[in-house]
Amino acid sequence: MKESLDPGCSCGCDNHGNKEPVSGLQSTGVSIMLKMDYTQAGCGIEPKNTFADYEKPGYILSSFVEDFILSDTGLVPKVKTKMDKSDIKATIMVRSGIGRNNYKVAPGLYCVGNPDKTSEVMITANFKLTFDHLRRELENINAWILVLDTRGVNVWCAAGKGTFSTKELVKRIKLCSLEKVVDHKRVIVPQLGATGVAAKTVKRESGFRVVYGPVRAKDIPAFLGNNRKADKKMRMVTFTFIERLILTPVELNTILKPALITSVVLIFLSGFGPGIFSFSSAFGRGMVSVLALIVGIISGAVITPTLLPYIPFKEFAAKGIISGAVFAALLFLLISSAIYGVAAFISLFLFIVAISSYLSMNFTGATPFTSPSGVEKEMKRFIPVQVIALVISTGLWIYSAF
Amino acid sequence: MEDIRYLDDVSSLVLNQDKCIGCGLCTEVCPHNVFELRQGKSTIIDFNACMECGACVNNCPSNALEVSPGVG
Repeated sequence: MKESLDPGCSCGCDNHGNKEPVSGLQSTGVSIMLKMDYTQAGCGIEPKNTFADYEKPGYILSSFVEDFILSDTGLVPKVKTKMDKSDIKATIMVRSGIGRNNYKVAPGLYCVGNPDKTSEVMITANFKLTFDHLRRELENINAWILVLDTRGVNVWCAAGKGTFSTKELVKRIKLCSLEKVVDHKRVIVPQLGATGVAAKTVKRESGFRVVYGPVRAKDIPAFLGNNRKADKKMRMVTFTFIERLILTPVELNTILKPALITSVVLIFLSGFGPGIFSFSSAFGRGMVSVLALIVGIISGAVITPTLLPYIPFKEFAAKGIISGAVFAALLFLLISSAIYGVAAFISLFLFIVAISSYLSMNFTGATPFTSPSGVEKEMKRFIPVQVIALVISTGLWIYSAF
Repeated sequence: MEDIRYLDDVSSLVLNQDKCIGCGLCTEVCPHNVFELRQGKSTIIDFNACMECGACVNNCPSNALEVSPGVG
């Protein structure tokens, strides 16, 4: 994973201004040459690597850094507001659930544009997807970005888990000597960070006043333009069709491994019959049961999440029963000739419904509106139902082979 | 968000209006517009939208709010 250049300290925000003065630095353009003695460069070759002076053994310069500017605490990486191909590729991977747990940027101070001592300080998490969301909305804005160490987790989840916290914010403000970077005493914290941040404590311990910005980074320009006031719409979370859809690949990815194990068990179970165990039966009936599993997974992990508001009932588990029942019926229409006997039909139906209901319930953890108390209530009611359905289904499946 | 609602009457949110100093910070941090300032006091206007995220509790300067979610 790429790490940002970290020339001086553990907070990733440069050398705190106590080292050699830097001369000849331009805040724009790419021809930044520092303290380099070309008379000793030799061979008469013009150096081409414009970032050569920022390179350090053991570090890789982040591709999203386009320049470095000089603040009163030293050099601060200036980040691009446009996404590179590599950013987009990585985003697709992470959205599919690949490498999602280690997609980070180094915590510390960054900037966009050409900020000065009056510029705003935007606080964010060090999940690279979060960081990208922020920087691409800051085109034509001069601002500082203070990245907290949230262990690569987004703002809201990290706030709930205690890493996007009052303690971390205060610590990072001090580590980066933010009082030397800006004249004002104000930081803009994303609203969803409020779950982990107590504004009054931050003020008391760091001197900086927390101003809560909008929920979504895309509203930041409007928020800043409106004298740092967010309107009601900017303050409310949404859960649109696209927002729900984009979560489903990760849901599927997490289910993949248990699904494979379940498939093996299903094929094994399907082999039992009059001749104790039959391989042809394990294959034939096994395929039907695995197909049912796939249908249950699609119903619970894709259909319920995407069609959430259109499926009746408020309990996710109940929504999953509805979508599971519909999809079981569709499957039966397609492959009824491969299923023998009423017991087998009932078994497969219960199986699909149980899987769909469980996975739908599981999706409560990914939504921005379900209360833990509600989820607890729902689980107490529906887990027994799902387990009973599964037990009856298994019994009937073995019975139906005889 | 008005079109997607979760279970009613489950939230553990409690507002003690006597302690409220009317700063309005809860109306700012709540992602579901649960609060509104009325006559200088915070008022719960949409109890069932509460998802117990704790943002209001965390930021209330006068400890007028409480929430105690289960383990979820």
